[in-house]
Order: sequence, then C-alpha cells, then structure tokens
Amino acid sequence: MTAPVTVYVPCDSAALSVGADLVAAELEAAGRPIRVVRNGSRGMLWLEPLVEVVTDRGRIGYGPVEPERVGDLVAAGLLDGADHELCQGVVDQLPWLADQTRICFARVGITDPLSPEDYLAHGGMAGLRRALARSGGDVVAEVTESGLRGRGGAGFPAGIKWKTVADTPGPDKFVCCNADEGDSGTFADRMLMEGDPFTLVEGMTIAGYAVGAQEGYIYIRSEYPDAVRTMRKAIEIARAQGWLGGDVLGSGVRFDLHVRVGAGAYICGEETAMLESLEGKRGMVRAKPPIPAITGLFGKPTVVNNVLTLASVPAILADGAPAYQALGVERSRGTQVFQLAGNIARGGVFETAFGLSLRDLVERYGGATRTGRPIRAVQVGGPLGAYVPESGLDLPLEYEAFASAGAMLGHGGIVVFDDTVDMAAMARFAMEFCAEESCGKCTPCRVGAVRGVEVIDRIVAGEDPDGNLALLGDLCELMTDGSLCAMGGLTPMPVRSALLHFPDDFTARH
Amino acid sequence: MVRIAGAARWEVVVVGGPNTSMTDRVRALVAAHRGDRGALLPILHRIQAEFGYVDQEVVPVLAAELNLSRADVHGVITFYTDFRSEPAGRVVVKLCRAEACQSVGAEQLVAHAEQALGIKLGQTTPDGSVTLEQVFCLGNCALGPAAQIDERVVGRLSPSRLDALLAAEARMA
Repeated sequence: MTAPVTVYVPCDSAALSVGADLVAAELEAAGRPIRVVRNGSRGMLWLEPLVEVVTDRGRIGYGPVEPERVGDLVAAGLLDGADHELCQGVVDQLPWLADQTRICFARVGITDPLSPEDYLAHGGMAGLRRALARSGGDVVAEVTESGLRGRGGAGFPAGIKWKTVADTPGPDKFVCCNADEGDSGTFADRMLMEGDPFTLVEGMTIAGYAVGAQEGYIYIRSEYPDAVRTMRKAIEIARAQGWLGGDVLGSGVRFDLHVRVGAGAYICGEETAMLESLEGKRGMVRAKPPIPAITGLFGKPTVVNNVLTLASVPAILADGAPAYQALGVERSRGTQVFQLAGNIARGGVFETAFGLSLRDLVERYGGATRTGRPIRAVQVGGPLGAYVPESGLDLPLEYEAFASAGAMLGHGGIVVFDDTVDMAAMARFAMEFCAEESCGKCTPCRVGAVRGVEVIDRIVAGEDPDGNLALLGDLCELMTDGSLCAMGGLTPMPVRSALLHFPDDFTARH
Repeated sequence: MVRIAGAARWEVVVVGGPNTSMTDRVRALVAAHRGDRGALLPILHRIQAEFGYVDQEVVPVLAAELNLSRADVHGVITFYTDFRSEPAGRVVVKLCRAEACQSVGAEQLVAHAEQALGIKLGQTTPDGSVTLEQVFCLGNCALGPAAQIDERVVGRLSPSRLDALLAAEARMA
C-alpha cells in the first residue's frame, strides 16, 4: 500500500467563489486515499479552482476544475499527474509564475496558511529573529535603507514613518495594519491574509519591536469574512507558538495583535478615518497635521501601514536591505504586487520588481480582454485612479512615471475595459461613488460629488455642453485642491482622465 | 472603561425599558467587551449577528453602558452601511457594482436581478425571502461579476447562474 497522494485545493475566497470547496469534497469522495491540503491561491485566478497533485516531477496543476468534472479527471489519472486537457504541467514552471519575483507572496499558494510547521519550513520567522538580535533603531534603519514605500497607495517611505514613531516619546504606541482594501481591482491584501497570515503577524511584530509598540490592530473590511477568520486563527496559533504575547520568541519582548472588523465604509481605508473607526467612532477623516505617527490611535504615536507594506518587512530583515533595494527602478524599489482584474483573460496576482510596462503586464501576462474585444481603457490604482487609454499602455510601472503621466499606481490594482465601455458613464460613476462613500466632513467632497453627478448628466444630455464642461473642470479643480483627504481630492482623477482621453463619449451623441 | 459619575443619570432612561430581554442581552455583550478599547463597533457587530439588526432600543442602553451620548451611538450606527435598522430577508444577496465587475457586466446583472425579484437594490421581496443590495468590491475582481450570498462569495456570475443560485437558496429555505 503506497502513501496517500497529497492534493492541494485552495481555500482562498476567489477559489471558493467558483466551487473549490465542492471540488475538495468530490476529490475526497473519489475513492482513493488522498491527503487534501487547503492552500492559498497561486494567484492564477483564471485557473481556479486549481488542483495540484504532488508527483515525482513536482506539483502538477489542473484547472479550472469544475466540481462536476472531478470524477472524470480522477478516472483519467489526475492523482498520478496524468496528462489531460486541463493539465497545466508543473505549476512552478509556468511562465506566469516563473517570471514573477515573489517576496510578499513567496509562500502564498505553496503552504497551508495556518500550519506553523509549513511557515517555518519555508523561511518564516527568520526576519523576526534577525530583528530581535538587533536594536530597534537598527531595524528602522534597515527598513529605511531598503527603500520600501507604503503599498497602500500613497507610497510614503515606510522607514521614515517608523522613525517618527520611534522618536516620539511615550509609553503607549500602536502598530495598525490597514486591511480595509476597498479599491475595486485590488485583492492582494485579502489573498495574503487568507494565504499566508503569519507573514503579516511577523511583519507587524517587527514593526512593533522597531518602534517600541506592544500592541497592534489589524483593521479588516467586513466584506472579507474569510480573511477575518483566517487572521484570527493565525493570531491564536501565533500566541500558542510564542510568536506573540509577553515573550516573543523568548526575547522578553511583548507584542500582541487584535483583529477589528470594519462595517461597510470605503472611507475607512483612509488612515485617519480608520483610526477613528478603530476608536469606535464614525469613520470621519481627521485633518492632518497632527500626523498619526505622532498623534494616532487614541492620541498615541502609531504606525499605520498597508498589509503588503508590513508583509514585505520580514523578507527585508531576513535577506537584508541591499537585496530588496537591488530590485526595482529609480525611487521605486523592491517589488509591487500587481493585481490584474476586470475584463481580463488571465487575471490574478503578479508580483514583480517595479519597471515592467503596463502593456507587458496587461497583454503578455494578462492575455488582454476576457471578451476578446480590443482594450479601450485601463484603470490603475482603484476607483480614484486615472483611466489610461490603450495608446498609453507603454507606461513603466513605477510611482514617479505614473505621477508624471497624471495617473497613480496606488495599491497596484489594474482594471481592464474593452471597447464597449461608456467612459462618460464611468466618470459619472466615480462621482456617484464619491457621493455614496464620502464621510461628509469637508464640503468639496460631500457636496462636490453630488454636483459632479448632476453636471455630467447635463453634459451627456446635451445641455449647454461647453458651459457645463467648463463647470465640471472648475469643480474638479476645487475638489482636488480643497478636499481634506484623497477621497474628494482624487475623485477628479478618473473623471478628468476620462474627459481628456475620451471626450467623444461625453458629447458626441448630440 | 472608566465611568464618570454623571453617567448614572442616563441609566435611569433604560431601566424597565419595553424590551428587557434585549436590554439584558446587550448589557451582557457590552460586559464581554469591557476590557477592549473603543469597543462600540465590535459590540454592534455582535448585536447584529445575534438579532439580525440593530434596534433603536439599544441606543440608550449602549449610551449608558459605554458612557457615550445617545447622539454618538446613533451617529455610529447610521454611519456604517453594515448596521441595519430592521431585519433583512432570509437571504441577503449583495451584487458588486464596483468598476472591475462593471467591466464584465455587473450593471446588466443588477438589472436582471431587480427584474427577476421584482425589487430594487436596497429592498426586500414582499414575502421576506430575499434582500437585494449593492456592494462596492468583494475582492474577487478577476472572477467577476461577483456577489455575496449571505457570507459566501460567488464569482463568474451570469444572469442564469444567479437565477440557479437563488433557486437553490429558495429550495433550502
């Protein structure tokens, strides 16, 4: 009797959304003794549910596997890695994966997300151990030297933020992880929390040690119930392992984590609104200064970083700043986790050093549109990001190149639209979304968004187009300059880019 | 949580309230979070998980227990989309209307669902079986159009697949 075959079926919620649980159940009922491991997703979402079978040649992938086809696949020799039309070959060797540089996502899809043994076997805790052997100041210096910038969208150097918190005196400090990933087209935070939660635990613990904080909060949006469950379990396991608590890895350092769940407010992804929400209040944006690094959660010095920023930290500490700094271009160092989404043939997570062109990513790796129609526009950086026309796809993926083209990289979300898209409707939606999700604190955002919808409606209806276009231009300028935060300040970005590149969509009907 | 002396006078408001069982239960939930900082949101999530909605009656109870004004509590409950003021239908269907799902037909799916169920977004069918809502992003942007049926995310939706899922829910009910 041979040992049971090990089969991987992802537990990532994208895989679950297309039937991964049913696939796992069908495989277990197929008759042969097997060991099913629920891994995170490899990030090749068009292949989900992607079933991997361990063979002498490596992990052989099959996908997309519909639950109804499991019986046939097993009969055709899936458990022996046999050839089949759904067989993708050795997963690690697929160009889509092999061409990536995975630092944040190094373990996602490979390991069982909640197995501490898997975590340690794949290099986990090396960064924290190295950090604890040095002074907090040295750890901050290492992060600064790596060139790591905030991955939540603003791109602020992480080390400088940490240094501010470290240098601000006070007995109570906090580390807050912003996991309120509300931007359409982004899902990397969710996939990391569901696929490798211990990395975030480790990154936050390093941050806590570096700045002298003993407590951390992870603020996860309520739209991500699976991520909430996985993170909570991971924290319990980490406490039991001695990775969190009163004596982290036997070093005498104290650090603990709590998960807090949002309640359906996009604005809580803005860092000061998130702090208000963590304090149990309405998610109203705070005026800055004071900055959260000095006056943050409950008025205490607070590190606020995105999931991917914190998840990059363990590797930086484990392998040293120079290794991270060696990746990327210009002032965009290291890797960015891009997310290919929307109308795309091969969507998913693609982690690579900065500098690849948007066209390469969308066409070569993403395979262009899912519908097979020509690409018309690509929105980069979430609902507040610019629409880039097809002719602009040669832009290199780095912070400054995007900024100088009037766009932004944001959280790395890339949403593709085919030639059926109505760009005036998308511009109107940007304003509608802002009106819906504005916290209401400042007038340019609260009232401006409502007026924006009305003005676009008048333009599209052919009512004094020239006058109303001028008015829309004025309104965009006012919102950009006069809003308290990025919600009102950046809503004009998709609107203006749509107007600039697709003016006919607004007025040609008349 | 440190209570200031003045809080006591607010407590008078809730003593002997019309729904003592709910009041007691809410007090117990608050007690379970006594050690947590800024615990109003976690408490509201637990109230909604238990009762299915956040009744107006809990406002003065929470205000008294947490030493907040009633306006503060009301303000928080009404700020967040998740907290309902009345119970939802037996199944809650949230259709994603964010950009990535729009690029693959989310608006058509919304129109189809509204027509099939005979209700608009934000409404519940007259028989109380389905509540239809919009949501902005479920983090399933490469497999859209996406929706959340109760807590379960579903992807690669088409009008016919949505119909089939709704029919399956109806059979289970």
